[in-house]
Amino acid sequence: MTPPAVRFEGVSRRFGEVPAVDRVDLEIASGEFFTLLGPSGSGKTTCLRLMAGFDRPTSGTIWLHGEDVSGRPPYQRDVNTVFQDYALFPHMNVAENVGYGLMVRKVPKPERQRRVEEALELVRLPGLGHRKPSQLSGGQRQRVALARALVNRPRLLLLDEPLGALDLKLRQQMQVELKALQQQVGITFVYVTHDQEEALSMSDRLAVFHQGRIEQLGTPSEVYEAPATEFVAGFVGVSNLVTGELARNLAGMGTGSPRTFSLRPEKIRFAAPEDPVPAGFCAADGTIRDVVYLGMRTRYGVALDAGGTLTVEAQNLETTSMEALARRGQRVRLLWSREQMHWMGPEKEKPA
Amino acid sequence: MSFRGAASTFLYRRPRLALALLLGPPLLWLGVVYLGSLAALLVQSFFRLDHYTGQVVQEPTLATWLDLASRANLDIVLRTASMAFAVTVAAAALAFPLAFFMTFRASRRQKALLYLGVMLPLWSSYLVRVYAWKLILAREGILSWFVARLHLTAAVDVLLSLPGIGGPSLSLSPIGMFVAFLYVWLPYMILPIQAALERVPRSLLEASSDLGARSGETFRRVVLPLAVPGVVAGSIFTFSLTLGDFIVPSVLGNSSYFIGQAVLAHQGTSGNLPLAAAFTGVPMAIMAIYLLLARRAGALDAL
Repeated sequence: MTPPAVRFEGVSRRFGEVPAVDRVDLEIASGEFFTLLGPSGSGKTTCLRLMAGFDRPTSGTIWLHGEDVSGRPPYQRDVNTVFQDYALFPHMNVAENVGYGLMVRKVPKPERQRRVEEALELVRLPGLGHRKPSQLSGGQRQRVALARALVNRPRLLLLDEPLGALDLKLRQQMQVELKALQQQVGITFVYVTHDQEEALSMSDRLAVFHQGRIEQLGTPSEVYEAPATEFVAGFVGVSNLVTGELARNLAGMGTGSPRTFSLRPEKIRFAAPEDPVPAGFCAADGTIRDVVYLGMRTRYGVALDAGGTLTVEAQNLETTSMEALARRGQRVRLLWSREQMHWMGPEKEKPA
Repeated sequence: MSFRGAASTFLYRRPRLALALLLGPPLLWLGVVYLGSLAALLVQSFFRLDHYTGQVVQEPTLATWLDLASRANLDIVLRTASMAFAVTVAAAALAFPLAFFMTFRASRRQKALLYLGVMLPLWSSYLVRVYAWKLILAREGILSWFVARLHLTAAVDVLLSLPGIGGPSLSLSPIGMFVAFLYVWLPYMILPIQAALERVPRSLLEASSDLGARSGETFRRVVLPLAVPGVVAGSIFTFSLTLGDFIVPSVLGNSSYFIGQAVLAHQGTSGNLPLAAAFTGVPMAIMAIYLLLARRAGALDAL
């Protein structure tokens, strides 16, 4: 069996007293598109930098493809990085930038030129080799950075928020391209982002980071459909977090220890106040308080008779914005399948 | 509306007038006082001194420039330029590692301390510092004492016996001048290099390392090319400051003139203003050629 592309064993990185990465264990399989997702300061970028070798762990061990690389400098690792700011060398043209890794590895010039051309074709920038980075658009620079990393045929490609500086349309286009590219070249991609949509749409698996630790690790659907903690439920998509008495009431449970469940807004549907409750469903009555028209969808805030508020999202299949806004003040019954409620595990101890 | 409000609105609607008011005084100063006097100086060099009457003859002639090309005067130019070149190279070699450390390795605190260390000598009088070097380098000075302690007096004597750079003592030799020049001009090399390095994103160094380059190669292929504008700027300072200086050579030098001393002597003692003007044209010409070469070599592309 091939060893995992990346293995972290109890890896910590402290800056002074502050742990940026706190005892992280992690395994990324070879050939995977793996995403490190989290807000800024959650430790995801530090993890990436530890893989690349720009930083060294305070404690713990890092294996890349079965080799302990904890003490190895970046230039002795079979890893390449696409930087957030692209880090293109401003004094070199595109071809020199892309060929840099081959040049320092003393690849003969004819082969170098051929591979640079291939790499530029791979990222769909053929014939731009003579341009300077300053003459390129943001999207083009991003592609050059990608070509510069891929031309070395690394076994592991690290991408640090590579699409962060692009506008929405280009970003969505590049998401599709990156994913296709990864399948084409068959290299392990480790992708850092704070954009949950990007993480969900591109990854084979993802790890959600919070305060230097991994809160949840799984496939996009596992993480989205069954968030393991309140943080994940709140960070990945929008969730209703229902706790304590209200949670027990809504779930129709008797007394017991108060627990929390999460419920996605799009999993709740509207019914008329007196409608019957189908088997396997939960119901709650309330009044629509807020209406936010989002174009494709409308987001409603429903004040429950039992106290508390639930956010509900409905697609605007036949609704116009006027109709949606006119629902403010309406009495409704909310229905959702029991399966859509995800009970959180007992709250982890958090440092004060 | 208050007067100030009205004035500000008036200027807001006339951006060209606002610009003219802002830029006028400095441009006048630069254009008339600065470049104008320089032009007047240059014109002087095309006049000549009548050695019998001691009067400047205000007719265009190349006689003064031919006079500059005489053996004795060319020696002065060559001597000064060699010193300026040596000081510049040494200053760059000393300044680069320090500037690199300040930019990429030092903590915030260390950086502040280093800045202070670099700037501090500039706050004290230049004359005091030069005379201090005279004392340090003197035969009975602290340096000789220290060298004697290291049993290296013989080595220093060998150094001082070298033709061209030697002399009766360190305080009366080109070697001593070199040390003093290096000391007084070093900050002018460190600061521009440091400023240039500060503009190099750290991610470029990481990218180079990520792509397989060892530290030395990263330095040669990424750091150095991007810092060249800083080195050029610093070398303009050290080179031209050395070219024009007359105090260090008169305090620490021997009887051989430097350009600054020649200018002083010609315009003061002998009243030969045209020759003095021609002498000051030399550093300008050297710097212009240097900048042209630097630009042709692409050293300023990253500016």
